[in-house]
Amino acid sequence: MPAALKQFTDTYLMWNEGYLIWISDILIALTSIGIVATLTYFKKWKWLWKEWLTSVDHKRIGIMYLIAALLMMFRGGADAMLLRTQLASPNSHFLTAEHYDQIFTTHGTIMILFMAMPMIFAMFNIVVPLQIGARDVAFPYLNAISFWLFFFGAMLFNISFVFGGSPDAGWVSYPPLTELGFDKGPGENFYLLSLQISGIGSIATGINFLATILKMRAPGMKLMRMPLFTWSVVAASIVIIFAFPALTIALALLMLDRIVGTHFFTMLHGGDPMMFVNLFWIWGHPEVYIVVLPAFGVFSEVVATFARKRIFGYTSMVASLLLISVISYFVWAHHFFTMGAGADVNTFFAVASMMVAIPTGVKVFNWLFTMFRGRISFELPMLWTLAFVPNFIIGGATGVMLAVAPADYQYHNSYFLIAHFHQVLIAGPVFGLIAGMYFWWPKMFGFKLDEKIGRIAFWLFNIGFYVCFMPQYALGFKGMQRRMYTYPAGMGWHTLNLISTIGAYIMGLGFLFIVVQIVYSIKYGERDLTGDPWNGRTLEWSLPSPAPHYNFAVIPTVTDRDMLWVMKQEGREGELRRINPDAIADIHMPKNSGRPFLMGLAFFVAGFGFVFNWYVLAVIGLVGVALTMILRAFEWDDEYHILAEEVREVEAALGRL
Amino acid sequence: MHKQSVKKWGALVTAVLAAALLSGCGPQYLVFHPVGPVGKQELNLIITSVILIAIVIVPTLAIFFFIIFRYRNTPGNKAKYSPEWSESKVLEVVWWSIPIIIVGILSVFTAKTTFALTRPPEQNVNPMTIEVTSLDWKWLFQYPGQGVATVNYCEIPTGVPVQFVLTSDAPMNSFWVPQLGGQEYTMPGMAMGLWLQADKPGQYYGHGANFTGRGFAHDDFTVIAASNSDFNKWVSQTKSSAPALTMADYNKLKKPSTMGTASYSSFPKGLFDNVIWSEGGRYMPGTMNMAGMASGNSTAMSNSTAKSGIANEASQSSSSNK
Repeated sequence: MPAALKQFTDTYLMWNEGYLIWISDILIALTSIGIVATLTYFKKWKWLWKEWLTSVDHKRIGIMYLIAALLMMFRGGADAMLLRTQLASPNSHFLTAEHYDQIFTTHGTIMILFMAMPMIFAMFNIVVPLQIGARDVAFPYLNAISFWLFFFGAMLFNISFVFGGSPDAGWVSYPPLTELGFDKGPGENFYLLSLQISGIGSIATGINFLATILKMRAPGMKLMRMPLFTWSVVAASIVIIFAFPALTIALALLMLDRIVGTHFFTMLHGGDPMMFVNLFWIWGHPEVYIVVLPAFGVFSEVVATFARKRIFGYTSMVASLLLISVISYFVWAHHFFTMGAGADVNTFFAVASMMVAIPTGVKVFNWLFTMFRGRISFELPMLWTLAFVPNFIIGGATGVMLAVAPADYQYHNSYFLIAHFHQVLIAGPVFGLIAGMYFWWPKMFGFKLDEKIGRIAFWLFNIGFYVCFMPQYALGFKGMQRRMYTYPAGMGWHTLNLISTIGAYIMGLGFLFIVVQIVYSIKYGERDLTGDPWNGRTLEWSLPSPAPHYNFAVIPTVTDRDMLWVMKQEGREGELRRINPDAIADIHMPKNSGRPFLMGLAFFVAGFGFVFNWYVLAVIGLVGVALTMILRAFEWDDEYHILAEEVREVEAALGRL
Repeated sequence: MHKQSVKKWGALVTAVLAAALLSGCGPQYLVFHPVGPVGKQELNLIITSVILIAIVIVPTLAIFFFIIFRYRNTPGNKAKYSPEWSESKVLEVVWWSIPIIIVGILSVFTAKTTFALTRPPEQNVNPMTIEVTSLDWKWLFQYPGQGVATVNYCEIPTGVPVQFVLTSDAPMNSFWVPQLGGQEYTMPGMAMGLWLQADKPGQYYGHGANFTGRGFAHDDFTVIAASNSDFNKWVSQTKSSAPALTMADYNKLKKPSTMGTASYSSFPKGLFDNVIWSEGGRYMPGTMNMAGMASGNSTAMSNSTAKSGIANEASQSSSSNK
């Protein structure tokens, strides 16, 4: 039945839409074949399942988050390249309006939710238990569920481009544009369901890490002895726990509007789209602090380590982290100063938004004075941290400009805004997490990433950044709005857009150099045999790289904030690095489980069913979800012990006895 | 870094900044060239905020570059090294208080302008009202005082404060004419007010500023400011030569499409109110009181709008009237 087949390929595979879809199809097919063939050829299927897909080890989960985040950065970056190519010249028809709309929507959504979020979760997972002297997180099984919900949410979102069509109403997804009246397609459903699925995982991660940090610190590690990265995770987790439920509700209600036909966000039956806008930003603004706070934590660790000096003003640093997380709840309306709120409301939110600059400014000064009278060496993690400072100062300055409500009437939705949030989100989370990646890479994999290629990547990405985004501030003053798929020739926007596009390509090149660097370093990177390649200050550097499965053979007792550093100063670091064999006892560990993976898969199936209103499929998925939960409820035997003898053998092999 | 290369880079940076500043004076930087009091107030506030922020960030950037240069880890660096020095109450008080003071000052300016912009920019001139409906992807302007209507352009007299009353019969959009002043959203089922005024005759670029789908890139319009007499001439000309806007025409306009400009000698009575009403205004508390909305009397209109007409601004408007 060729007619039915054609209908299928046109409706779902969108083969009538041209080469962009075909190329994507081919790339996806080739990648999938490549992965399957490689795994089969090297007989790695069992290894993949036993060591990774079923793992509940925080270090493995962290690495999987990191890989996923880098892949998503590639996808979101490819989107950005397409957008910038389209905008390089006026009246361009490289992309159609429909494709452009889909691509800016997926670019924004992926970068925030499927790149920045897994990147911070990668850091949470890899660093926190090692830094606080724990053997895993509080709920390892839940941690695996979080990861697989994120993963399958991301897959569901990504598949939309080649199956059914991507969402095309912007990452903010305001109704009524996203209601059935204006948007019948499945794209918006993909957005709602994939964010919903991964969002559940994010809430669980917030709870998990808050519990881990509050309950599982090594003896002697009082709250005010915690490393600042751990503190930043506390702050971010609190924000996650309070902010994400608002998103969950907003998405759920909009989904009901679209699937069941309720009217929460249409005016037509007494609903109100403003309610969505409020709910979205009550989550959305804290969300940007969720991704930037851990980056601040990374910078604090890196600055102290590479300036060889104690962090300056620790108490202020902690206070400002917590203050930022509190203020983050009182600024959401600055995303819509122009939606008719009263002058009193606008003034309140304007002043609250400016107040964010106070604790943030304090952090910057404290970083500066950590370096003051220090000894700064410019290795890769420090290079990205130093690049962050001036970049974030400028981004913060334009942020305060935007907070001035009446001035915002002129900036709102213009390229000035686009330049601002890219500047703070790239200088903050992206630079921070790249710095963190370089910093803790040896701890994850046992080798350093190549310095030389890394420097090329650094300069390309940084110069590219300024070339790309500085012109966009100017474009805002020239009156160019965001989300226009093309623009006329007479407005004087052409040159600046062209420069911006060139900058974006340079950044893209920088990213490719990071990829090259990783590939190169796997083979040729300097091996880290000491476990302490940077002359570190905190507990994780007292462990071998990579850390053994159980992390600490004996949990250390903490007496100082910069535990390892102080021990080194006193010549006592051996107490952390040499284990007394008699002190080793059996270690209690969680068992691996395939269920979190299957549960994620079941969520994926259910989500996919709801996207197309294929309820049989949706029900099958939901039954799968219920089944994995029930099976878990009746699982009694989910823990085991690593025997002391075994631990002694491992430690002896590492030369630590 | 060698001194010479520092100089070279310095010169380059200065040149780039100078070029940026000079080009900032170009007429295509619309926000820097306001032609009315609203845009001018906003520009003043932009400049004030930049100066206040610069007081903090310029020294901070200078300190940053000084520190990373002075305390770099090179053999023979004679700068002081005190690895355990990590507290200073005095310094901390300094950098907690500087941003607090700056934010405090900026807050005062912000509050003043925010409240000022809710009032007509000119108190001694009778204001006029234009009702704006954003459609997919075009702008309908109705003149309740003059009885005419236009699409994708609107003519206003110079020196007269204009209250744009905004709604949408399509997804949310935002009404932005950079040279006249900042924007306000258009939303279905609601009426929102935006005061603007042009002091110089000319044609000013306007565009929908909130994404509305496929045709969004072509959702522009022109505001034509003309002297009072030219404006009146245009009104009478439109009245005598342009066709009437019928309900059928409106329904056609409502369909998603892009188009050029159009003029109409009249429009169906109560069209603007009815659109708000049927798009959900009937569920909004306060909408019932929009008595003056379509009265055709522009002075009465603006007063009643300021009092209670602007649906979700009710609380704010009453406070600013006190």
